[in-house]
Amino acid sequence: MTEKSEESVPLLSLQQESVAYVLFNVNQNDNSERRRHDNCERRRNDNPESETNGQPQNSTQQVVEQEEEDEELTLKYGAKHVIMLFVPVTLCMVVVVATIKSVSFYTRKDGQLIYTPFTEDTETVGQRALNSILNATIMISVIIVMTILLVVLYKYRCYKVIHGWLIISSLLLLFFFSFIYLGEVFKTYNVAMDYITLALMIWNFGVVGMICIHWKGPLRLQQAYLIMISALMALVFIKYLPEWTAWLILAVISVYDLVAVLCPKGPLRMLVETAQERNETLFPALVYSSTMIWLVNMAEEDPEAQRKAPKSSAYDKQAAENQTQNEDADTDDGGFNQEWEQQRDNRIGPLDSTPESRAVVQALPSNSQDSEDPEERGVKLGLGDFIFYSVLVGKASATASGDWNTTLACFVAILIGLCLTLLLLAIFKKALPALPISITFGLVFYFATDNLVQPFMDQLAFHQFYI
Amino acid sequence: MTLAVFWGCTCIAFGPALGLCLVTVLRHPLRVIILVAGAFFWLVSLLLSSLVWFIAVKASDPGNKPLQKGLLIFGVLFSVLLQEAFRFLYYKLLRKAIEGLVALSEDGCSPISIQQMAYVAGLGFGLMSGAFSMINLLADALGPGTVGIHGDSQLYFLTSAFMTMVVIFLHTFWGILFFHGCETQRWWEMAAVVLTHLIVSGSTFWNPLYVGSLIPSYLLMFAMAAWAYVLSGGCTRNLLQRLQGQQSETSPQPGS
Repeated sequence: MTEKSEESVPLLSLQQESVAYVLFNVNQNDNSERRRHDNCERRRNDNPESETNGQPQNSTQQVVEQEEEDEELTLKYGAKHVIMLFVPVTLCMVVVVATIKSVSFYTRKDGQLIYTPFTEDTETVGQRALNSILNATIMISVIIVMTILLVVLYKYRCYKVIHGWLIISSLLLLFFFSFIYLGEVFKTYNVAMDYITLALMIWNFGVVGMICIHWKGPLRLQQAYLIMISALMALVFIKYLPEWTAWLILAVISVYDLVAVLCPKGPLRMLVETAQERNETLFPALVYSSTMIWLVNMAEEDPEAQRKAPKSSAYDKQAAENQTQNEDADTDDGGFNQEWEQQRDNRIGPLDSTPESRAVVQALPSNSQDSEDPEERGVKLGLGDFIFYSVLVGKASATASGDWNTTLACFVAILIGLCLTLLLLAIFKKALPALPISITFGLVFYFATDNLVQPFMDQLAFHQFYI
Repeated sequence: MTLAVFWGCTCIAFGPALGLCLVTVLRHPLRVIILVAGAFFWLVSLLLSSLVWFIAVKASDPGNKPLQKGLLIFGVLFSVLLQEAFRFLYYKLLRKAIEGLVALSEDGCSPISIQQMAYVAGLGFGLMSGAFSMINLLADALGPGTVGIHGDSQLYFLTSAFMTMVVIFLHTFWGILFFHGCETQRWWEMAAVVLTHLIVSGSTFWNPLYVGSLIPSYLLMFAMAAWAYVLSGGCTRNLLQRLQGQQSETSPQPGS
């Protein structure tokens, strides 16, 4: 592929991901709203938390008794799920920093993206500043245009176009960018490799990735693939964005995120509201999901469907149940055929499962289910967030004079920003952008550590003083 | 410098602390958050103290070596005071957090006690402090070079690693002591923490006379350890019993 198309590809996926990073908060919002509605025992067919691996599924209903328990669930939900996000964000950053430190390809200047046409190798500082501002402006306007295009496509239900777009960009990431990455890693470590083995490896990696991300697969594998493609994307940005442009873009995109999600006419907010109106999930392949959920069947559907056991940790069985529930609830028995039912009746006597009896059973304190449900509800974070966090930390490790201190400081700052974002989410219970706080902290700590802390620590290390 | 030096120094400096982390902190989500937040608070204190030092340096004559050294010493002492101030602020924050956790819990008690928070917060401070002191050194240890070729001490990496380890432990114990002092309104415990921190940092001014810095620091560390152990409810009888492998149900271990 030519350089040009390689340069134009990243933005396609960025577009989707820049939308996706709000999903986390939307889903949280839906989730907490759903819990509130549960309190009133109103059925609400809501999807985000019930989606796994890109398959939209039916609603899950939890029986949540009181408001206090709801709030306790909110906080319990908080600590564990913060860690569920810390781990993948840390892994992504570790992959990016390790690559930047070892593979010199990603720190070598080999030109710039077409979206940042102005060079930063200028004579004066003023010219450099101007060029970087222009670059950032062009990049952000491209992003805004693409986001609006996406919203328009979504509003007018051009799903095929969107899905095609997604599939093309993930194909490019999984095959082409990973091919380049692997090639550079081999060059760095001087590993001899033939094309046949390489083709086999890339083919397998790519196909399994497409299946996991767009269809079904083990959760951990899907998470690993999402982390890997976020890292690949971040590496491309780190390579092709010049320094000042990169910092400016990071700053502006967090402002844009804030505006787009919180303003009433912001494109992301409109996107999210449209999705909520239609009770659909948004772009399943672009959201990192920390857990699968299982379905708890509730009353009002036919008895056959309801005798299905709620415990199903295997994703496929779950999806099968769900799909059959969607399609043909009457004839579906979820695998519990007549023979099984006869056996069960022989062993424990005929069951008469009425709505009342089910309600009584469900009202019984069920510790395992209650404690598992909030965990199983999971948490999601858009891939765009992963990418920009990793770009920040990667740029810090690539260009800072403070080196590891700066990288570590940015890392801690981003984690704390993420923690605060989640806390704000738990308090305000409305859609919040995940970028601004982390990126602000990251930028502040980058510049402060690089310019202020590093000279201090240098002097301290020189004299071997300890603070 | 060799890979052996790198791994050796890493394990000396961070081994015990990471072991503590692995066993007591990493399996509990809330403690991990408190650890990272503690690291963040230490970082902010370092930032502010570096800012002050930087301004002082920029305002002074860069050629005047004794003045620069004096400014550095001032920077160190100011940084110590600021770290303890931020430890106090962190204590305030954690107190509020405990009240919030209690309000939101089912049975009216918090899932984590203030003593556990003190331990984790101290560990967070210590890990970040140790990381900032040691990581660039470790990265340099992987590269080419000879230690002390210009006449400086050849034990630079080793003593740095040992000093880092003792600083991490000291921060942990200081955390326990400081929070206990805040909880029970014993100002002299907090003053003792600040004083010993100043002493330890001050003793590093003797470097490269490592006898003057390492030995006092280790002695102080053992003293702080014993004090923290006693404050957390341990006593020598239980310690002996534990060493002999017997069960003792009355005393909790520090940090558990």
